[in-house]
Amino acid sequence: MTVIHDNLEATEAKMRARDVNVYYGDKQAIDSVSIDIPQKYVTAFIGPSGCGKSTFLRSLNRMNDTIASARVEGTIELDGEDIYKSGMDVVQLRARVGMVFQKPNPFPKSIYDNIAYGPKIHGFAEDKDDLDAIVERSLVRAGLWNEVKDRLADSGTALSGGQQQRLCIARAIAVDPEVILMDEPCSALDPIATAKIEELIDDLAGRYAIVIVTHSMQQAARVSQRTAFFHLGKVVEYGRTSDIFTNPLEERTKDYITGRYG
Amino acid sequence: MSPAILFLLALGLALAGWLAARARAWSFRTAEPGVRMAARPTYHAWYVALWIALPMLLFGVLWTILAPNLVNQAVLASPEAASLPAFGFQRDTILSEARNVASGASSAVFNPKAQALVEPFREAMTRYAWIGIAVSLVLAFLGGAWSFLKLKPDFRARTRVERIVMAILLLASLIAVLTTIGIVVSLVFETIRFFGMVNPLDFLFGLHWGPDPMSSAENPDSSRYGAVPLFWGTIFIGAIIAMIVAIPLGLMSAIYLTQYAAPSMRRWVKPALEILAGVPTVVYGYFAALTIAPSIRDIALFFGASNPSSESALAAGLVMGVMIIPFVSSMADDSIAAVPSAMRDGSLAMGATKSETIRKVLVPAALPGIVAGVMLAVSRAIGETMIVVMAASTAANLSANPLEAMTTVTVQIVAMLTGEGSFDHPATLSAFALGFVLFLVTLALNFIALRVVKRFREAYD
Ligand SMILES: Nc1ncnc2c1ncn2[C@@H]1O[C@H](COP(=O)(O)OP(=O)(O)O)[C@@H](O)[C@H]1O
Ligand SMILES: [Mg+2]
Repeated sequence: MTVIHDNLEATEAKMRARDVNVYYGDKQAIDSVSIDIPQKYVTAFIGPSGCGKSTFLRSLNRMNDTIASARVEGTIELDGEDIYKSGMDVVQLRARVGMVFQKPNPFPKSIYDNIAYGPKIHGFAEDKDDLDAIVERSLVRAGLWNEVKDRLADSGTALSGGQQQRLCIARAIAVDPEVILMDEPCSALDPIATAKIEELIDDLAGRYAIVIVTHSMQQAARVSQRTAFFHLGKVVEYGRTSDIFTNPLEERTKDYITGRYG
Repeated sequence: MSPAILFLLALGLALAGWLAARARAWSFRTAEPGVRMAARPTYHAWYVALWIALPMLLFGVLWTILAPNLVNQAVLASPEAASLPAFGFQRDTILSEARNVASGASSAVFNPKAQALVEPFREAMTRYAWIGIAVSLVLAFLGGAWSFLKLKPDFRARTRVERIVMAILLLASLIAVLTTIGIVVSLVFETIRFFGMVNPLDFLFGLHWGPDPMSSAENPDSSRYGAVPLFWGTIFIGAIIAMIVAIPLGLMSAIYLTQYAAPSMRRWVKPALEILAGVPTVVYGYFAALTIAPSIRDIALFFGASNPSSESALAAGLVMGVMIIPFVSSMADDSIAAVPSAMRDGSLAMGATKSETIRKVLVPAALPGIVAGVMLAVSRAIGETMIVVMAASTAANLSANPLEAMTTVTVQIVAMLTGEGSFDHPATLSAFALGFVLFLVTLALNFIALRVVKRFREAYD
């Protein structure tokens, strides 16, 4: 069903989804999706609203567990291990598969405590110096260090929207994840803040497997190497980003990227 | 003039004004069909009606306060009053007896001297009643005429009515504030009288409480008015023992209800908890006195305490703690539920467990509401009387042993005011001083809590 381009270079799959169905009660939101999330690449999910991009993204770190009516079928593997198997440590999984949300959601704590939160609960830091080092490193990687280094005690919620979102990315980085999931991370930001985040994603790309849901075709084209086009709960087409945008094989993909619907 | 009659009169006249004004406003329309009215006829009607009723009612309130004084003065000025004793208790009794007979509240006088004053009273009362009615009618007429003459097709009755409504609302909110101020002022007045008889330092720092209402009022023994045991009892029972029960239980039940309970469960338990808050405190008092206090004594005996009291601070505090659980849990519940779910998701997505998320993100973010609930609960506990009377006795005792009998400020206030003493005796007046200091203490507590919350709140918007 999913058209997968055959010119893809061989990559190591960090995550592998097979025949995944997601239901909210009786309503099916994801319909037998099977795709790979390659290591060290940025994968973009595009598609019209309501087609299930967020739902699928949340099933990659089992955030769907927090929705009472949600039910996931099929297998999703992280490094070959089924994350839905019984006895899976969800807390550990979420530390390995981090997430950045659509609306920046820093905790109402200081900038420092926002970053230190994850390392503290996972026991990453031996002492205060360790923690300081982690906080600094995460903020540096998220490109926020220079802006906030003198005001680490200020509330995270006092930052601008773009800074808040980078704080959330820094917070995710601080627990040393292997995969970072981003659900429309720029949709609440202005163009300048958006450009900064895109730059940041580029910087992070070689280090983590990144999945980004986006409404903006340009953004997908700018930051991602792989693109999956979602439609009505299915992945219609999956391939190199450049191919999907210049040379789509499916009629529905072509319609969507030329703006005929969505 | 009875207030009810005035009220009905005001309503009737206002209705008349309402109908007349509406008819007049309609007539503008029929006279010039094309003209654009600035407001619908109903607004013209309300405008006039309010202008009739409000002056009357305001005057009525004023008059019910003023008239008795005017009547009194008139009677005292009459020749029959010349034979009255000059001052004091007897004079007051005679006057009030005569007044009661004149107004029909009682049928005959005991004191023959009062009989002579009945007629002057009756006369003065009738006279002032008529004056009252006449003035209010004039006011109604003036208000009605003035507002009626202003009606024109382009009169903006709608905005005027809006302004009057706002004034009424403002008045309503002022009444609560003014009442509070009035209460405080009256407390202050009596408190000052009390401190004229008893040294404030002895009162505030004395360790022995045992006023004797039968002693002479002229030379009170200041050392018997030490309020420390009472305040200690209040704090020990209401703010320490009760809070040790109520804060953890209330907070935990709020966390369970918001984070763990299934919606169907929540629908049942939350209202049930809130019903607890509506149980009359005497019922809790029975429970404390008849069930908890004896079991505490039995347990104390079992552990070898010698001669434990059957009334104890512990019993009262425990039951009071249960009583205020709903205050804590309901406010905590609301404020935890109000924390955006994005906070919870953000924490869970970092790999935090549910309880870590609750402890480190949800509760801190909900802290202002939680503290507000606790403050409410503390004020409630401090002001509570019934449970203490029934379970912790009225004996003032300065002790840190929760098994001992203790008493609280409010219990002593009641005891002093319901005693036999006159209002000139320091034992009775001490009730006002106690109330005043209690008021200051609760005020300070609330103030500090507000500051603390502001300082540490984690605002999430
Ligand atoms: N919590 C939920 N409960 C029930 N249905 C949901 C929930 N979240 C999403 N859905 C439904 O699932 C479908 C996919 O939604 P979503 O994954 O949010 O789409 P997208 O992110 O692509 O816009 C939609 O039809 C939406 O209405
Ligand atoms: Mg979405």
